[in-house]
Amino acid sequence: MTEPFVIAGRELHSRLILGTGGFTNHDVLAAALAESAAELCTVALRRLDPAARGSILDVLDAAGVEALPNTAGCFTARDAIVTAELAREAFETDWIKLEVIGDDRTLLPDAVELVAAAEALVDDGFVVLPYTTDDPVLARRLEDVGCAAVMPLGSPIGSGMGICNPYNISIIVEQARVPVVLDAGVGTASDAALALELGCDAVLCASAISRAHDPCAMARAIRLAVEAGVLARSAGRIPRRRYAEGSTSMQGLPLFESSDTAQ
Amino acid sequence: MQVMVNGQQQELRPGATVASVVRSLPGAPEGRGIAVARGGEVIPRSAWQSTKLRDGDQLEVVVAVQGG
Repeated sequence: MTEPFVIAGRELHSRLILGTGGFTNHDVLAAALAESAAELCTVALRRLDPAARGSILDVLDAAGVEALPNTAGCFTARDAIVTAELAREAFETDWIKLEVIGDDRTLLPDAVELVAAAEALVDDGFVVLPYTTDDPVLARRLEDVGCAAVMPLGSPIGSGMGICNPYNISIIVEQARVPVVLDAGVGTASDAALALELGCDAVLCASAISRAHDPCAMARAIRLAVEAGVLARSAGRIPRRRYAEGSTSMQGLPLFESSDTAQ
Repeated sequence: MQVMVNGQQQELRPGATVASVVRSLPGAPEGRGIAVARGGEVIPRSAWQSTKLRDGDQLEVVVAVQGG
């Protein structure tokens, strides 16, 4: 178990937040949830479907995991704000993972709408966790309007491309006074480990687990990677250098004269 | 009167409330996990019983699903 971190006064012991999108059914989700040891997991809001069987909230309640509602699918600040208000009503929580998408092919955030929605929701008493790009300036703006954390992407949602710009993520971590959660892009365990090594406080991960060939095994792998990343970060990695630096002393090296050169 | 519920036109008796519409929907959870907006305005659960619908209203009734 790693040290807890704190979002909006709440201690979180697990540094893996599970996204629930993409699981083939609730049983697989429940099993992956148990392996992930996540305490928080995202849910979306959609129109009531009379044909749907079982509620995801029952799965989360049974696992003792709290729902973090999101505004997935919103393209404007207005839609995101109404969705957040609906989520507060439905789940009796002020916490919201704020997504305001600007383009349906890349699913990249719309920075202008995102900041506007974040500001309005913070003013309305929400604990806002915005999904953002890896732009350090945008991350600072979101923090300045009162977001409780910033959640930069490593690469586009569901792309599995890992952390494309680790330098930007490092800058976001360096300057942030709120927790940084890497959200989106994780493809496998090593990506999650890197996020923590770079100093992110946590990782939010859906597709890497839900769409893996074996979601339970991947949930466990990513949980362990997150723990490894935290340990590695606190252990302090060696600096990168361009040339080798031998770790074995040259002192006392025996000399072997070749018989060819011997007189 | 005609009311749009989750994109479907419904014929309702005058005096129908948000509460009566929600009750009529199959699969609507009893407790937590459901919320209603009328024309982009969230109607809190405490007001469902007292909120009478008007002809032409558009209701969105949403629940939790997998996502994110």
